[in-house]
Amino acid sequence: MTALLPRRGLAQILALIVILAVDRVVSPQFFDLRLQDGRLFGSLIDVLNRGTPVALLSLGMVLVIATRGIDLSVGAVMAISGAIAASLADTHSLAVVLAAALGAGLICGLWNGFLVAVLGMQPIVATLILMVAGRGIAQLITEGRIVTFSSPDLVWLGNGSILGLPVPVAIALGMLILTGAVVRGSALGLLIEATGGNARASELAGVGTRAMILAVYVWCGVCAALAGVIAAADIMGADANNAGLWLELDAILAVVIGGTSLFGGRFSLVLAVLGALIIQTMNTGILLSGYPPEFNLLVKAVVVLAVLLLQSPKLSGFAGVVTRLRRTKA
Amino acid sequence: MKGLPPVLITAVVLVAGFALCAVQFPNIASTRVVGNLLTDNAFLGIVATGMTFVIISGGIDLSVGSVIGFTTVFVALAIERWGMPPLVAFVAILALSAAFGAAMGAMIHVFDLPPFIVTLAGMFLARGASFLLSTESVPITAPVYSTVSDFALRLPGGGRLTAVAIIMLTIVIGGALLLRLTRFGANVYALGGSRQAASLMGVAVGRMTVKIYMLSSLLAGIAGIVFSFYTSAGYSLSAVGVELDTIAAVVIGGTLLTGGQGSVVGTFLGVLIQGMIQTYINFDGTLSSWWTKIATGVLLFAFIALQQGLVALARRPVAKRVGAVS
Repeated sequence: MTALLPRRGLAQILALIVILAVDRVVSPQFFDLRLQDGRLFGSLIDVLNRGTPVALLSLGMVLVIATRGIDLSVGAVMAISGAIAASLADTHSLAVVLAAALGAGLICGLWNGFLVAVLGMQPIVATLILMVAGRGIAQLITEGRIVTFSSPDLVWLGNGSILGLPVPVAIALGMLILTGAVVRGSALGLLIEATGGNARASELAGVGTRAMILAVYVWCGVCAALAGVIAAADIMGADANNAGLWLELDAILAVVIGGTSLFGGRFSLVLAVLGALIIQTMNTGILLSGYPPEFNLLVKAVVVLAVLLLQSPKLSGFAGVVTRLRRTKA
Repeated sequence: MKGLPPVLITAVVLVAGFALCAVQFPNIASTRVVGNLLTDNAFLGIVATGMTFVIISGGIDLSVGSVIGFTTVFVALAIERWGMPPLVAFVAILALSAAFGAAMGAMIHVFDLPPFIVTLAGMFLARGASFLLSTESVPITAPVYSTVSDFALRLPGGGRLTAVAIIMLTIVIGGALLLRLTRFGANVYALGGSRQAASLMGVAVGRMTVKIYMLSSLLAGIAGIVFSFYTSAGYSLSAVGVELDTIAAVVIGGTLLTGGQGSVVGTFLGVLIQGMIQTYINFDGTLSSWWTKIATGVLLFAFIALQQGLVALARRPVAKRVGAVS
């Protein structure tokens, strides 16, 4: 399990604790939890619940970024899968709805992976295509309307509860464990990191880099599709224009906050999800504090800059000096 | 001859597309429609010119849409609430946006950070700042605005070349000359070709990076002023997602996203192609606006695939290529 939560997670955990403490100051009831109708309620649960889509996206995104790629299309894929799920929900069973929506995500991921791995396009460019066209495709599916549904099965997926936890949170947790088990329980994670570290050297060493790249984009598409279904189930409808809008940026931000380098080569699933939670805790805190939600963007900008400066290779010399100073003091 | 073949292909696509449109709707081939197309896409043409410089230099600028939004709000508030004369407001916002771009460029260079993330932070910052200024749409009633909006050169055939279209054409021509004829332009290509080689050749890489992002933000500021002329209002949510349209226009115009190759003229043609698709959809009436996105996506794919092919071709016969260049 040490591979799942490396020592470098300390900064992120501290950041989360600080933000939680600020939230507690802003809203004294922040840590209150109560059990009602077999489901936990409270601001903390709310943070987990609202953070689910970005957490799911970041699970896929972190693997893509580990191969030195990036996937800008996840927001559009969310819109597509949400549109499919909403249009099928009232006439088909949950299994069919899920299969269709996740299948669409798989196809989107295959397309991106094909462009990057087989045609050798730059990831930003390759996924930009689907980012632009994807929302158009989603609107094609919903015919430009906001499709609503009332299928209890799908609504449960967004609003129900399992063992006291909201279903979306349980799903995200399940996906984290599943992804972690597959990637870190085998050599797959190492091969992905190798691909990101130096694709050519890995190829020569016998790593199937193309297959790795294809696989991470496919997984990213599936995660995005799942996030799209949950987002649609949450509001009992699909809005092709706004579903998942700008969430690709949040997902990338979550991964970056989680300490995964944009230059590939190393990654941490748990920290990426933690990054998503940090973003959501900030959002919720700003909402609770009564500041206009527009403040979010400013705060996010400051956080991105801070994280960037911490990660900057130029500053690591400075950081080294600081640690040395600290050591001599202690 | 850098970037010429892709530009030719863009031009052929534009002419062929326009011919197809004209066959179906003869009215499209009129100065009226073309004049409107230039007016409607004036702000896009201006930002795309700046983006061309950034992308050729091997970077990317995601903040331009937010800078446009911020500019419209700032100008509207400065004129209507703070009582600034319009000209002073314009100078102030242009100075502000240029400084903003310079700061992003400096961060990218000094801290050695990926432009994608730095300008992403810039995008959040500018959009957040415009929300702070005002979340509602502020109408602009200054007399300059109606004068500028009413001004237009009459074209033969009843078309109007509006002031904003003239500003856009001037900037496109100026940008094309700057890129092709000056040392600055040559340095932009050099940076995109290879940062290290450019640095060894004596290009002041840091200063260039700052200048390039400054130019992009400055042009985004001008585009914001033009946008406020176009809508006669300032709104913090205006121009959301314009960065994507801009990047798409640049790529369709034959500029290589890896840097080193491209042209302002191509970008202008890319803007026209997007405008043409929009016009066609308006004329058709039965097609919905989302087809614009799908068509743009398809074009993007076609052009990127084409570039990929060209690059692959160029790489194979190395000896031949060296001979061709010298």
